[in-house]
Amino acid sequence: MQEVKAHALLTNEVGLHARPSVKLTQLAKRFASTVEIAIAADGPWTDAKSPVKIMRVKAAKGETLFMRANGTDAEAAVSALADLVNRKFDEE
Amino acid sequence: MGEQKNVGIVIVSHSAKVAEGAADMVRQMVGDSVPLAAVGGNADGGLGTDVGAIMGAIDKAWSESGVAILVDLGGAETNSEMAVEMMPEERRERIVICNAPLVEGAVMAATEASGGSPLAAVRATAEELMGG
Repeated sequence: MQEVKAHALLTNEVGLHARPSVKLTQLAKRFASTVEIAIAADGPWTDAKSPVKIMRVKAAKGETLFMRANGTDAEAAVSALADLVNRKFDEE
Repeated sequence: MGEQKNVGIVIVSHSAKVAEGAADMVRQMVGDSVPLAAVGGNADGGLGTDVGAIMGAIDKAWSESGVAILVDLGGAETNSEMAVEMMPEERRERIVICNAPLVEGAVMAATEASGGSPLAAVRATAEELMGG
């Protein structure tokens, strides 16, 4: 088991709003690893597979989203999440 | 993507418009990997709920993994309970009525279901909205 970390800047207009939250959760669920996000490098960390908890994070445009994962596919999970944020959640 | 294996979602409102609008939100936010049916209004087209229509919605959204029902007010819940009781016995255990707000609960439950989660997890996610 290894922990993998990454971060990405929220550049889409609405930030981590309802629809982006759903997309992020759906993506995180595809991985076996535990996947968490935070809006600060030292947490608090939120389970990225929980739609209700992610919806409550409410990060805005311009904030940095930190992510970490633990497990066999942690590397892939973290890079997929960062990629989703960098793609502006495919919304723009 | 194994669509028919994902838990299905049924939306039951007193208003056909609310039911339809909530279903639109689920489709747009979550996508179409989750069986979904929405029903609202009584048999005369007025505000209310109809047991037969709810049973039809359960059939439409049926999945071998089960179905989670989201309801709005009083009668929607009691009529949904009645509809569940009238379903074939082997299906009843795989149908749950969530104690959650209709719109938010439907979106959250569908999000959970879209990841392939079992019925208990889908229900827990919808009901987490009430828990704070």
